[in-house]
Amino acid sequence: MSTLNQASLRGVSAGRKVKDRIVQVLVYVAFLLAVIPLLSVLWTVVSKGAKRFDPDFFTHSLNGIGANDAGGGAYHAIIGTVEQVALASVIAIPIGVLTAVYLVEYGRDSRLAKLVSFFVDVMTGLPSIVAGLFILAFWLLLLGFSYSGFAGAMALSILMMPTVVRAAEEMLKLVPNDLREASYALGVPRWRTICFVILPTAFTGIITGIMLAIARVMGETAPLLLTVFVTSAINNNPFQGPQMALPLFIFDQAQRPNDVAINRAWAAALTLIVIIMLLNLVARVIARLRKPVSR
Amino acid sequence: MTSETLEQGATGSLGERGRRLSTGRLGDRLFGISARGSGILLLLIIAAIAVFLIAKAVPALKADKANFLTSQEWNPDAAQPRFGVLQLAWGTLLSSFMALILATPVAIGIALFIAYYSPRRLASGLGYVVDLLAAVPSVVYGLWGLQFFVPKMASVANFLHDHLGWIPLFGGDNVGGQSILTAAIVLAIMILPIISSISREVFLQVPRANIEAALALGATRWEVIRMAVLPFGRSGMVSAAMLGLGRALGETIAVAMVLSTAGGISLRILKPGGNTFAANIANTFGMAGNLGRGALIASGLVLFVITLLVNMLARAIVARRKEFV
Repeated sequence: MSTLNQASLRGVSAGRKVKDRIVQVLVYVAFLLAVIPLLSVLWTVVSKGAKRFDPDFFTHSLNGIGANDAGGGAYHAIIGTVEQVALASVIAIPIGVLTAVYLVEYGRDSRLAKLVSFFVDVMTGLPSIVAGLFILAFWLLLLGFSYSGFAGAMALSILMMPTVVRAAEEMLKLVPNDLREASYALGVPRWRTICFVILPTAFTGIITGIMLAIARVMGETAPLLLTVFVTSAINNNPFQGPQMALPLFIFDQAQRPNDVAINRAWAAALTLIVIIMLLNLVARVIARLRKPVSR
Repeated sequence: MTSETLEQGATGSLGERGRRLSTGRLGDRLFGISARGSGILLLLIIAAIAVFLIAKAVPALKADKANFLTSQEWNPDAAQPRFGVLQLAWGTLLSSFMALILATPVAIGIALFIAYYSPRRLASGLGYVVDLLAAVPSVVYGLWGLQFFVPKMASVANFLHDHLGWIPLFGGDNVGGQSILTAAIVLAIMILPIISSISREVFLQVPRANIEAALALGATRWEVIRMAVLPFGRSGMVSAAMLGLGRALGETIAVAMVLSTAGGISLRILKPGGNTFAANIANTFGMAGNLGRGALIASGLVLFVITLLVNMLARAIVARRKEFV
């Protein structure tokens, strides 16, 4: 469907030909304009991040490292990110997938389903800082809990849910109806049909969507700033006390006025980008390996 | 097209049956309830966000000695708390709209490039490249902006100031890199992928017959796009731009890092300064006292309402379009 075939422009007046060419050039330039910042970001992150991309960086925290000292690392931040994102996934994935099941298998044309679907879309555009403010207002200020990785995970899960719902919904829609009918014809109850026929069929697609959602929330900083706070020590317990996360680490280090800290920020940025790109890549590979059976 | 109608026809019958959540068996009942419960939970979360933000914002608003909507001050923790969102709203809207103006034409160009100009084999790969821009976390854009882009923009700002300083927009005393313009450009880069991917989807839905009819009339490639593609995709492009706007309005960390915050309302986009809702929350939260947090939550509530309206409008445009396609 793409690429309009450029038929010969022989019978075309010069003015129209020129206009056509100008637009073609503009469109190419537009694409270049998008590629330039991408390459610039990736190049600066890789070249500057490589300076501190050493074993020390992954095995040490910043505990006891003075403001101007070299050394130290992001171990505490990596632990924090992994735990927070894992907790967020544990909260968001079941709710997201079940909501998608409701939308596709149960709700279809009901009013509630339309409402849910609309607000899922609205939730996709929710600013991440508002999710953080919500957890701050509800969990920290109203219920009186203190900063913790879990509070951050709750904020992240709010940001994850709509992405998971949409991805799972798309995949469930692709499951051929014959499968459902065959299962019902055999007298299999509805919930077993969903759990053992429909979800497995859509499984790889849903996994892809989930991985993309994880990659997306992994880079979120703003909600964590309000809920996890910042620490330089290792805290393995996400339910108690402030934690660190890679994006917070970058934000914190980047604002310090010395090169040692800035280099640590770059190295953390490289780590984060590598993880996110890997997640993206694996998601794409899974999606390509086993496309869902479609009609 | 045919596959779509097929799907609708097929699932229509399922929808009839779907009214009843279960066959009455225990497992069925439980599963149906939990699926429906998850959907309802999502609605409750959205409602809870609004309710709790309001609940925590109200005490701060009551203590506010200045007008919350029109004051330019931000001193919520002073003995006489005075704060207002006017300058935050100004900075947020100015930077976001500038980002929108910068990003929309480029994004639509990219969408046209991928849909109609690039070699067909490369199309999906090129789309992936643009999507990579969305995969880069905003804090990395902030770091890149602060360390790499701001120094570059400082010389650009000086150049613009020296040669075009007579235009009020580029005027001012000390221009620099950490300006609204820089923030807007970074925002524009960040919202490119969402605008271009939605526009691309719309462009790919243009009926083949329309394109072929235009070609049969002897249209050049540009004329095909102008006569067949753009009119068809207009509402889609509008809603794509609005979704991009929603994203720009709420973007926090990149703006907080790039912009050097300063009070006041100014149209001088090259001067360091300005502030946005989200950046203000990120920058001042660490030092905010009890009332300060309430004030920040109140400002977040305003941001929430603005983005909610922009997003709902964008979705409504998309939904209306779907109905008559």
